[in-house]
Amino acid sequence: METIIFSLLNGVIYGLLLFMLSSGLTLIFSMMGVLNFAHASFYMLGAYFAYTISGVSSFWLALIFAPILVGLIGAAVEKWGLRTVHANGHVAELLFTFGLAYIIDEIVKIVYGRNAVDYRVPELLDFPLFELFGAQYPAYRIFILFISVGMLIALWFILNRTRAGLIIQAALTHPHMVGSLGHNVPRIFMTVFGAGCALAGLAGVIGGNYLVTDPAMAVQMGPIVFVVVVVGGLGSLAGAFLAAMILGLLQTFAVAIDATFADIFGFLGLSQTSEVGSITIASLAPMLPFLMLVIVLMIRPRGLLGDREL
Amino acid sequence: MNNPIAQSVANLAPTGGQKFRQRVLPLIILAIIVVAIPFFGPSRTVYALLSVMGINIVFALSYNMLLGRGGLLSFGHAVYFGLGGYAAMHAMRAIEYADGGFWAGFPVFGLPIIGFAGGALAGAIIGWPSCRRAGTPFAMISLGVAELIAAAGFMFNSIFGGEEGISGDRMNGPELFGLSMGPVSDVYWFIAFWLVVGVGGMYAFTRTPLGKMSEATRDNPERVEFVGYDPQRVRYLVFIFAGAFAGMAGGMAAVYFEIFTPEAVSLLPSGFVLLMAYIGGIAYFAGPVIGAIVLTYMQSMLSDFTEAWLLYLGLLFMLIVMYAPRGLAGIIFGVTGSFSNGTFSEMIGKWLQQLAGAFLAFLGLIVLIEVSVNWSNGFGEVFEPFGLHLTFANPLTWVLIVVPLALGILILRRANRETEEVLA
Amino acid sequence: MKLMKSAALAAAFGFVAMGASAETLKIGFIDPLSGPFGPSGDAAMKHWMYAAEQVNKAGGINGAEVEIIAYDNKVNPKESLIQFQKAIDRGVRIIAQGNGSSVASALIDAVDKHNKRNPGDEVIYLNFAAVDPSFTNDRCSFYHFRFDSHAEMKMNAVTDWIAARPEIKKVYVIGQDYSFGQANAKAADAMIKAKRPDIEIVGNELHPMGKVKDFTPYIQKIMQAEADAVITGNWGADMVLLIKAAIASGHEVPYLTFYGGSLGAATAIGKDGVGQLYQISEVNTNLETTPEQNALIDGYEAAYHDSYYYHRVFNAMTMLDEAAEKAGTNNVVEIAKQLEGATLDTGYGTITMRAEDHQILQPLFMSVFSDNVTRGVEGLPLGWTSGDADRIEADATAMPTSCKMERPE
Repeated sequence: METIIFSLLNGVIYGLLLFMLSSGLTLIFSMMGVLNFAHASFYMLGAYFAYTISGVSSFWLALIFAPILVGLIGAAVEKWGLRTVHANGHVAELLFTFGLAYIIDEIVKIVYGRNAVDYRVPELLDFPLFELFGAQYPAYRIFILFISVGMLIALWFILNRTRAGLIIQAALTHPHMVGSLGHNVPRIFMTVFGAGCALAGLAGVIGGNYLVTDPAMAVQMGPIVFVVVVVGGLGSLAGAFLAAMILGLLQTFAVAIDATFADIFGFLGLSQTSEVGSITIASLAPMLPFLMLVIVLMIRPRGLLGDREL
Repeated sequence: MNNPIAQSVANLAPTGGQKFRQRVLPLIILAIIVVAIPFFGPSRTVYALLSVMGINIVFALSYNMLLGRGGLLSFGHAVYFGLGGYAAMHAMRAIEYADGGFWAGFPVFGLPIIGFAGGALAGAIIGWPSCRRAGTPFAMISLGVAELIAAAGFMFNSIFGGEEGISGDRMNGPELFGLSMGPVSDVYWFIAFWLVVGVGGMYAFTRTPLGKMSEATRDNPERVEFVGYDPQRVRYLVFIFAGAFAGMAGGMAAVYFEIFTPEAVSLLPSGFVLLMAYIGGIAYFAGPVIGAIVLTYMQSMLSDFTEAWLLYLGLLFMLIVMYAPRGLAGIIFGVTGSFSNGTFSEMIGKWLQQLAGAFLAFLGLIVLIEVSVNWSNGFGEVFEPFGLHLTFANPLTWVLIVVPLALGILILRRANRETEEVLA
Repeated sequence: MKLMKSAALAAAFGFVAMGASAETLKIGFIDPLSGPFGPSGDAAMKHWMYAAEQVNKAGGINGAEVEIIAYDNKVNPKESLIQFQKAIDRGVRIIAQGNGSSVASALIDAVDKHNKRNPGDEVIYLNFAAVDPSFTNDRCSFYHFRFDSHAEMKMNAVTDWIAARPEIKKVYVIGQDYSFGQANAKAADAMIKAKRPDIEIVGNELHPMGKVKDFTPYIQKIMQAEADAVITGNWGADMVLLIKAAIASGHEVPYLTFYGGSLGAATAIGKDGVGQLYQISEVNTNLETTPEQNALIDGYEAAYHDSYYYHRVFNAMTMLDEAAEKAGTNNVVEIAKQLEGATLDTGYGTITMRAEDHQILQPLFMSVFSDNVTRGVEGLPLGWTSGDADRIEADATAMPTSCKMERPE
């Protein structure tokens, strides 16, 4: 029982963090077809900017301004970088972001040093909120929960209840039609790219102090973001949300399972001492997302809730 | 009947001389170069670099069978390089510990064949689910598979040998061509032989019907289906061959390094081979060759001069993606091509302008990056080119950064504007 | 870095090998200087450079000036072998490496093969941080010297420390799923059972390396097992994230780490780790020691604005110096012969390079992360301290070896 409640709570929070990180990419990917390899780098930039801003003022200002700053950089990258490459096709765009990730990583190392920086949870939130079966539950985790749910609602509202959101939604599925209706599609692209990067930046602001803010954080988060987006499906924020939740829960529940392959496949004659037999489900937990990626792409290439194939 | 159209079509076919010049001559030149190099008495460093370049050339070319020729973007090509290499490595150990039997008579010189088979097998197994689609699904599956194999590399010690990998000794088994395989100069001949075989083999592949169909599938899979081919099957077969040649490069690496570790199947080398192929130019057969040579040199030598070599690599890659999508080969062939079609004299002015602009901008960037790196390290070292003492506190530093950078960009913009006017 | 640049410029396009010259003794430092592991290699390089400066101030080794030539191996075994060839071309006959057992394994192999294939032109290898036990057991080599206690010795010290604490009844072991983590898991299990049969090992967990973002589920599992102490060989982000998750969940038991003191960890973990984070190592800067040693630490930290961490680098340099002076030559085979069995009185006790397997025997200390220190790390008011009971004597760290050393004539 304890295990289930803990796993549920942790899984949901981890899933929400993943969703924050990947919602921006889903927007960008669905609309522009660009798998932004530098997305996790923008997440890292968010954390570093928040570190700088909260150093001179407060965490709360960082929460607002760091994502905006990241968004502006994202928009600039789209305007002066991606747009140039666009003519050369999707592969070129993808490779552009691939190179951009390299460069952002290196620049961060030069500016902020190569080790972790001291970016902490604000004092105000740095206390155990409640105790559950003997383990303390930090308030900051619940704060993450609120921020990401808030973001989810805001995103939903903007996309479904505002004019700009409707245009963006239309551009998600029918970019050419939107252009024909006289909307400035390049500017929509720039805005969406910037907004997507800002969302990644926001995830960085609240994830950077919860996890670690160092130059390796982008590389560590990189691939898993794609898993969420691809599994969730193209053009579907709900899909990304579902995928992030499934991934978060799957991983946390798997950690709690100590069974080995030999326990499960023992009837096939797999012994506890053999190399394959001694692998536990728990030790495989972090690999499950990639297994899921491959399986989903093979069986259902449009993803869980996607409206079209990649 | 004198049909002018038929005549001009007939004239399009290459003559015997053209065929020789375009298809056979480059290979012969390559062979002559690799044979000639040892007569200059290279040092160990040069031997090491050349051998690694040889390995990387085969690896990058095999990658381009997918990306350039087949239009399949893979983020996990090192898997086949690694698995082929591991197959060869296990074979090398089998040779070492063999008493009698098949392995006792197998020369180490032939190990790339084992790598080839291993890579092909891996390609055949993994390719089956991945080649159903091209484009982004293919790229993402390759990424997922690469992550899974990389994790498995650290889990299954009996195959991958754990973190330390498995090592062997190449000085075992029967000798071929009188090469003991001990000294680097012997191994050079081994690498050279398989380099020529690999390059020749992959070039020959592009001329086969399958190679042609691969390009057709890249350009228009629907039409390929209309003419009666199955694009999925074409992709699958090409994938197996690409895996096989990558495995062959892995076999060469197994013999050269005598060690294989799980990092060889990780995402890092997979990304690096993508850089090699793309920077070299994926549209040309020779592109990855150039890319492999340049990037191998950068990887092993540039780090002696600057810690920020990765940043330079990233910048080079970005510039290529943005301004020269046909890669270094595209630039080179653009220049040589202008000789033959007589536009050289028109273009030379613009090129010289671009060259000067790029050079100046690059100069400014180098100063900026190097001064920043030293500032960031913070233990008192200063960038001192030609006896200048450059720090951020020194106004001269800013002059050296801003002036060349601004001037360079200005010249580049001008040169490009002129072209646009010409086009308009 | 500067030292090598001028010469590297000459060698970049050079087809001609440069021989070893008499006036300088070149040490080829082959470690990561870029990429994710760059910081570790960079810190080690600064220690080597400072050690070289100290030796040169005292007249060098046999009158020859020591030069550290740094080669960036990107923690890649293959790349290390290329850099090794470059180093030999530059006249380097002593190489130093530490980060990554995969690289160490490749280099031991390469050095052995080089020496076998080029008699009279030998190379020796000073290993200052690669801790796979096999390097001084089955795979031991005459040309390889290890200046760090290997993983089993450290685990031996950790379990000694646990065995002396009766309040610890339940131990949890967690590690990264690769050869080092797997070996640690086995060693911890065997040693605890042998030393304190009453201690229950309530968990022995392996997780993939560098893939876990949120360790909270693991911490919950550890808490449910009611462990009194946790042993982990994790390094890098895996270590930091594990400790941070433990702190956030209020799990206040000792976390006994191998790499808790690695660069950047103190900053990332912060003051919440105080009293909870332990590390086993050959030094902490707050130990009582000689004025000379304190001056060395001050000198280093002043020169490089960096924390003194790789004490063993200075041990290695001093022992190399003394062995060479004793041999009366800078021929590396002669130096190697003198290094065998050599002893050195350091500020923290006597250390011995065991002749039978070339493994250093040095006292180890179980230090705890504290905010009550005279010398902080990474510019923080936090650092490492230990009491008298936390010292494990050099002899007690010794482990039997299966090494069958082949020595040159």
